[in-house]
Amino acid sequence: MSDTPNLVTGDLETPSIEPPAEVADVDAAAGRRRRALDLWMSGTEESAWLQGATAEGAQELLPAAEDPALAVQRGTVVTDDFVVEDTTDEDQRQIMNMGPQHPSTHGVLRLQLEVEGETIRRVKPIIGYLHTGMEKTGETLTWLQGPTNVTRMDYLSPLHNELAFSLAVEQLLDVAIPPRADAIRVLMTELNRVASHLLFLATFGLDIGALSMMIYGWRDREAVLGFFEKVTGLRMNHNYIRPGGVAADLPDGWEDDVEEILTIVPQGLAEYEELLNDNPIFIDRTQGVGVITPAECQAYGVTGPNARASGIDWDLRKVFPYSGVERYRFSVPLGRHGDTYDRYLVRVGEVKESLGIVRQVMETMPAGDYRSEDRKVTPPPRKRIDESMEALIHHFKIFTEGFKVPAGEVYQAVESARGELGVYIVSNGGAKPWRLHVRGPSFAHVQALPAMMTDSLVADVVATLASSDPVLGDVDR
Amino acid sequence: MSDLPTDTDTTAADTVAAALDAPNPVRALLAVHPDASHATFTPRVGPPQDVVSVSVEGYHELVAGLRGIGFDGFVDLCGVDYLRRRPRFEVVVILLSHPRRRRVRVRVGVPADAPHLATISDLYPGANFYERETYDMFGIVFDGHPDLTRILMPDDWEGHPLRKDYAVGSVPVQFKAAHRAT
Repeated sequence: MSDTPNLVTGDLETPSIEPPAEVADVDAAAGRRRRALDLWMSGTEESAWLQGATAEGAQELLPAAEDPALAVQRGTVVTDDFVVEDTTDEDQRQIMNMGPQHPSTHGVLRLQLEVEGETIRRVKPIIGYLHTGMEKTGETLTWLQGPTNVTRMDYLSPLHNELAFSLAVEQLLDVAIPPRADAIRVLMTELNRVASHLLFLATFGLDIGALSMMIYGWRDREAVLGFFEKVTGLRMNHNYIRPGGVAADLPDGWEDDVEEILTIVPQGLAEYEELLNDNPIFIDRTQGVGVITPAECQAYGVTGPNARASGIDWDLRKVFPYSGVERYRFSVPLGRHGDTYDRYLVRVGEVKESLGIVRQVMETMPAGDYRSEDRKVTPPPRKRIDESMEALIHHFKIFTEGFKVPAGEVYQAVESARGELGVYIVSNGGAKPWRLHVRGPSFAHVQALPAMMTDSLVADVVATLASSDPVLGDVDR
Repeated sequence: MSDLPTDTDTTAADTVAAALDAPNPVRALLAVHPDASHATFTPRVGPPQDVVSVSVEGYHELVAGLRGIGFDGFVDLCGVDYLRRRPRFEVVVILLSHPRRRRVRVRVGVPADAPHLATISDLYPGANFYERETYDMFGIVFDGHPDLTRILMPDDWEGHPLRKDYAVGSVPVQFKAAHRAT
């Protein structure tokens, strides 16, 4: 690469966390606005303590007159469903908090809703309640430990996280991956997509009142998670896909387990479609609800099933294929209306396509190594450790010190169950990433919630939120 | 609905029009951006990626130009702290063109003594949250951003955690209600 960053390792330059004057100015301005907001919010002296204990300060919804974000929304993309001139009295409006401890917010998402009667006038998602500094943690872990960290971000599709991270590291390393490892990766990530979408069906059904879907979805997902446990040792957060290949080969008899999944899931899916697709209550709750246009999807960075439900024919497995996924035949289900119902239909379609890919992978699974035999990144075989001191040292060093990755920066994205999951890595040639940034699809989807929810009804908030399927671990990282 | 950028003069508009037909539109667009440099990164997996480096001054205009030549999708914006390099910070923007099936990566170096950069949330509303995150984590101020507040950290947090001189390790809990719980 011609523009490799000229990085220097070593001691810190000026160990100070004092922000420069300009940053302090902005912080001070935020503080002033926060105090003004507190006054505006409280009204009474008695609520002052409660304000301090519960308010999020400047991150909250601003007074409507001072809300410049609204102007951006109005001017740039939100043109179809936004009431620009409303003549209603401001006194008729009130601000409600939904979340963070609300069961239908799928974690700890907080939505500040400005409602006028039953109508949502403004929405502001407030996030960060699950922020644990995983990008910072990633800078302290070696390249081999990295997957244990990123797998916990989008915890409903952990294998996609690991895959994106591993592919990015492999680009910098420039190692070749054996065909069997690629096939195992595709098999596992597609099964992960099935598991994630089954969980979507479960929670989506629960949120809009189809309570039995909760049980059905979790039940079928168990079949996939049981297989994951057999292969990786864990039901979630597998650390299975690693730079250089996968951690272990598939266990004996894996075909039978996959065959069982390929029997159970389609049977269940047929039942759920019969239960929901033409159900008048379900249709009333979902059709025409939470519409997002293709232009809004592109501008807000909405990807994956949510964008495809709006009719954007875009699947990274088709346009930027990785891990040999282009070898398998599958189609990309598209919606037309961009509403909650289409987002549900697209996901049901994707489960079927993923199962098709899984069957093709199973029938064409190549023999060979399950990880690269490049000794730079993979430890030596177990029996070599018994007979060679060098192999023992090598094994020890690869798990303590880790391998070094050439300096450079790279962006690699995969199509996770939620959309474009990108990993941006900067390496300075050391044994740890200099910078690890994960572009989580849910972050963009939460950002686009105001575009979906504005001027809809309070009852539709839950349906819209559930259909956009955010994972807060992915949002907050 | 006229918040869209309209301040491009005629020559820039002509270049954009010419760039639309060029085989590599990004390279053609850079003809009007003398402070920008271009490199193509060919990864092992996937298509070549265009990487454009640009100065703080030319950044907003370049992104506007990219939007003009069909980069309709906003993908990602993040900061990097190179600590000892000049300029110390870098903001990396990844844009996507659906019709051309291409990604472009825009890198702009931001000096530590004046960490300011123009916002692109007027071009891509999706940059809003990402710029807030970059401000939160690196203290880079996006001038003209409509609501530049912290997003992941609590509102009264001190420091910007992803800076390299912000230590990993035990940090006293800084939640503002903590001291009142007596």
